Order: sequence, then structure tokens, then C-alpha cells
Amino acid sequence: MIKIEKLHKSYPIGKDSLHVLKGLDLHIKEGEFVSIMGSSGSGKSTLLNIVGLLDVHDEGYYYLNGQLIENLDEKKAAILRNKFLGFIFQSFNLITYKNALENVALPLYYQGMGRKERQKIALQYLDKVGLKDRADHLPSELSGGEKQRVAVARALVTNPKVILADEPTGALDSITSHSVMELLKEINREGMTVFVITHEEDIAEETDRIVRLKDGVIISDEKTNNKNNIKVSV
Amino acid sequence: MKFLFDNDTWQEIFESVRKNKMRTIITIIGVMWGIFLLVVLLGAAKGVENKFNNLFGNFATNSVFVWAQSTSKPFKGFQEGKSLTLKISDVDNIRKEIKGLEFVVPRYRTQALVVNNFKTGNFGIFGDYPELDKVEKKELVYGRFINDNDINENKKVCVIEEEIYKQLFDKDEYPIGQYIKINNINYNVIGMYKRSNVGGGGPQGNIHIPFTTFQQVYNMGDRVGWMMITGKPEYNISQIEADVKLLLRNLHKVHPEDERAFGSFNLGEAFAKFMGFLTGMQFLTWFVGIATLIAGVFAIGNILLITVKERTKEIGIRRALGAKPWEVKRQIILESVFLTSVAGALGIISGGFILMIIDTTIGQGEDSVLTNPTVDIPVILIAAVTLVVLGTLIGLIPAQTAVSIKPIEALREE
Repeated sequence: MIKIEKLHKSYPIGKDSLHVLKGLDLHIKEGEFVSIMGSSGSGKSTLLNIVGLLDVHDEGYYYLNGQLIENLDEKKAAILRNKFLGFIFQSFNLITYKNALENVALPLYYQGMGRKERQKIALQYLDKVGLKDRADHLPSELSGGEKQRVAVARALVTNPKVILADEPTGALDSITSHSVMELLKEINREGMTVFVITHEEDIAEETDRIVRLKDGVIISDEKTNNKNNIKVSV
Repeated sequence: MKFLFDNDTWQEIFESVRKNKMRTIITIIGVMWGIFLLVVLLGAAKGVENKFNNLFGNFATNSVFVWAQSTSKPFKGFQEGKSLTLKISDVDNIRKEIKGLEFVVPRYRTQALVVNNFKTGNFGIFGDYPELDKVEKKELVYGRFINDNDINENKKVCVIEEEIYKQLFDKDEYPIGQYIKINNINYNVIGMYKRSNVGGGGPQGNIHIPFTTFQQVYNMGDRVGWMMITGKPEYNISQIEADVKLLLRNLHKVHPEDERAFGSFNLGEAFAKFMGFLTGMQFLTWFVGIATLIAGVFAIGNILLITVKERTKEIGIRRALGAKPWEVKRQIILESVFLTSVAGALGIISGGFILMIIDTTIGQGEDSVLTNPTVDIPVILIAAVTLVVLGTLIGLIPAQTAVSIKPIEALREE
């Protein structure tokens, strides 16, 4: 699903450049539940941005769903993001003046779907995350856990290939964190590839595979002992 | 175009406007003021134009005054500096020789002491034919103008201007049939007319007596003071002016290229010049109005730029969710066009309203400054289209800013 070969990325800082990713090789197959662990500055967010087509790499190859990503303009990137990727952010990133239902329906709007149809689909996904009765609430009227559930529903609504979660529990307490992780697990069980970035050990432990990143290189890549670890990774 | 009718499109515009109420209102006022000025200024200019058209409407604009001066070139044995006088025969010759004439009206003028009982004044006295009333329309309040009978019988009658009535008569006194003394000769007042704004004569007011009476009383012989010549509408008055002067030089044995011998004042040209001035005024109005509009539209561009900066994160989210750059752009451009259109509509309505007030307060009656201050619908349409085009163009700037922010940078912003 996601295949990365000798990926390099550096950022210019004044006259120097900061070499963030130093030749990463990573292969994530369809249906995997992977977490990227690393302290801040390890390059994990950069990796997520590149995988999420929010940023471009300098060198190496990136295949998304078998398609080589190169020379992407913003329009193509937007279409690919909409079609293949679902994002979950640490700070939820819901649009403040839209209610839960409209937030979930937004990616479908950018697919050009009609209002009634996309609201119907959005409601199904809200139901899936257990927030059907909160559909007409604004984000400010929802708790942190509820907001993240709405964000999960929004990530799922286009039926993407990969869910990219950037510190999905970073702003949540441990109980809600756990319930959000359970939700992600459930999604994964249904066959969705889930790609989580975290610096919390216990969150990473809940995934099937942990890739540890330090100073721009992968230092370990191992499977966990989770009981639902049926699919075997490389 | 489908997005124009999409609920979400408009919902987002209203949200954006709602979140920046104060700034939105202030910027809308900026554009409104621009188009308001444009409408009011254009309306006022139109009012002035209408007013002058009304004034000149009483006056044949394709007319020229001709009078005699002195020669500037020696010719046929005469020294330069020979003084010239127009003759009655010149009038007949002009009528005979020049094509395209409507009227040739010879006139006299002098200044005289006029007495009515104990009231006196020094006024301009004109010797006139009935045709004057056709060239320089007199709005009679009482009585009539000079007629052919007065001319034929050299009657001692006079037509006075309202100003003179005010100076020589008591209030509410009926002037017709009264006698006034001009140079100690009694004249019967047969008519009184309203002050006209153009034409010869001083601010004191004019008195008209029959041409033949003037000739006799002031011993003019076959001399003529000056002539008013009007051409038919389809003839060029400047050509007539040149033809008449050439004929006169010929008749008076003056060098054909002697420009000083006969003086003339072309009212048609003066009128054209004045119309040119009005056109200039309109141009200025457009210039000021459009410049103000542009300033206002820039203000809208500015507010949108700030709004875009504030919405950086939201735009980032949208783009992460699959909004194409063009979709982000058109949203902001539409917002700009929407704001300018609302402001424009308000400006046009308030401008029209002010013109209505101007019309009812100072636009009515004879002494009004303006007549029917209006703005043509096509002009309004042009202004509105200009506004929308400017709104679109200015919207491109914040729109470009919005899409030039990478989604990753936008999302990073906390």
C-alpha cells in the first residue's frame, strides 16, 4: 500500500539545511496497523507529511497504492489525498463553524457529491463512531474524545485506502485515548490500513507493528504481540 | 457555475463575513462611498448639463454676432485703420447672398437714463426687430414683444426686463400701458419678460424699442449697430460666419484677408466650448469616482488578505481533506465579488436616493442650480460591471495567498 525507498528530506534553515530523513526504506502492506515511534525531531512528522502528500520528498521513491508519486502539482495531490488518504490530527482540526455532520461531510463535498447524499453518508459514519445523536453539535459543544471521533468519521467518510493519524491521542486523557485507539483497531479489523504516529509507548503497543525512528533513520521495525496480529508484516 | 448555487458556498461566505463583522462593514462602506460619489457626481454633472441645455434652449445656439471694427490692412487706396460701419444694405445683401440662413437680425444698442416718476436708472436700450424673439426667446410675463406694426409706424413703445420693472415701478404695479421716459421721450410699456441668462446687456437689465424708432430717435441713418445671424440647423455656423465676413469685406472694399475689419462672436462655438467643459467635468467625475472605487476595492482586498491569514489553518484542513487549489481560490474570489456587489448595490441605491433629495430640494423651479439630476442606467451598469471586475481582480491577490500557503504549514500553525 505504502512503499518507500531511500527517502531523503531536508529543510533549509538559513544558509544550512537540516537533513531530517536520511534514506528511509519502509513497506506497509494493505490492512496493516503500523505505528511510527520517535521522540520529537526524529523525523516522524516529516515522514507523515510526505506519506500524506502534504509535503514533497527530495530524493528516493514513494509508491502510494502502487503509484509512483512524483512531480505532483497541488491539484493532483488534492485529488489523491481525497481519494486515498484520511487524516486524523492531534488537534482534531475540525472546522469550528460547521457542525459535526457538516465536518464529516466536507471531504465528500470536495468530491463533488450532492448535499443530501453526502449528509446521508456522513450520518452513517457518525453512527459508526457512535455520535449519531451529536450530528448537529458544533465542535465547541463536543468533548475532546467526541471531537476526535468526529475526526475519525471524517477521515473514513471517503472510504480511503490509508488512515494517517498524527498523534491521535496527544490531546486526550488516557481513558478517551484508549477508546479512540479501540476505534482505530476496529477500523483496522475491517481491513483499513492505519498508520499512526506517536511518541507514547503504550499507544504504539496497541498497534500491530512498531517502527522506531531516530535522527532520520529507522532503528527498529518489529511486530507486537497483539492478538489481532493476523497479517504478517515483512 | 454549479458552485454558485451551492448552499455550502454561500454558507462559507456568510460565516466569513459574520466572523469579521466590523471590518466587513467598514470596507463595504469604503466601496459604497466610491460608487456613491460616482453616482452623485455624475448625476450632478448631468443636472448642470440639463440646466444649461434649458438656458441655451431659449437661445438659438447656431448663431453668430457680427459687428464692424476698423481695417488692419491698406486696400484699394485706403489706409489701414479706416473705421467701418455696418449698413442696412449689408443686411439685405447677406440675406440675398449667403446660403443656409434662418434669420439676420440687425440691432442697435445704447445706454440711456430712464425715468419713471421719481425713479431713475441707467439701462441698456436696444433697437430690435420682432425676429429677436425667435433668436433670443423672451419669456414674457406681461404683454407682448415688438411687432411689425410697431416697426412700420416707428411707435414709441418698449419692452422691459423684469429687473427694470423692479427698479422703476412700485411693487404690484401693473407696468403695461404705463409710460417711461428714455432720454426725455415717453415710451409706452407694452411687455415685460423674465430675465434671461444669456445674451447681450448688462446686469442692470435691458429695454427693447422698435428698430425703426431707435433709428429715428438716435439719428442712425442707414447705419446698423451689429447683427445677429442664425443658420439653419443643417448648416455649419462657422462656415456662415466666414462667408458673411468675406461678403462684408467685399462690400466695404476691405482687403479679403483683413481679419480685424469685422468682429464676430460665434455662439455655436462658445456653446461647443461650454459643452466641452461639461464633458471635461464628466471625465473628472468619472476619474474621481473610479479612483475612489479602486481605493475601496483595495480595502476589500486588504480585509480578505487578513481574513485569509486568519483562516490559514482552516484552509490547510480543507486542502488536507482534498480541496483543490482552484476550489479554495474561487471561494475567496466569490467572497470578494460578493462584498463588492453588496457595497456597490448599497452605494448605487444611496446615491440615487441623494439625487432624489437634490432633485426635490434644489432641482426644481426656474432659479434651480440643477435640472433633473439623473444618471443613465447604462452608466450604472458600466459602474456595476467595473466593480465586479475589480472585485474579481482584487480577490485574486488573497486567493493566491491562500493557495500559496502549503497545507502542511497551515496545519502546523496552532
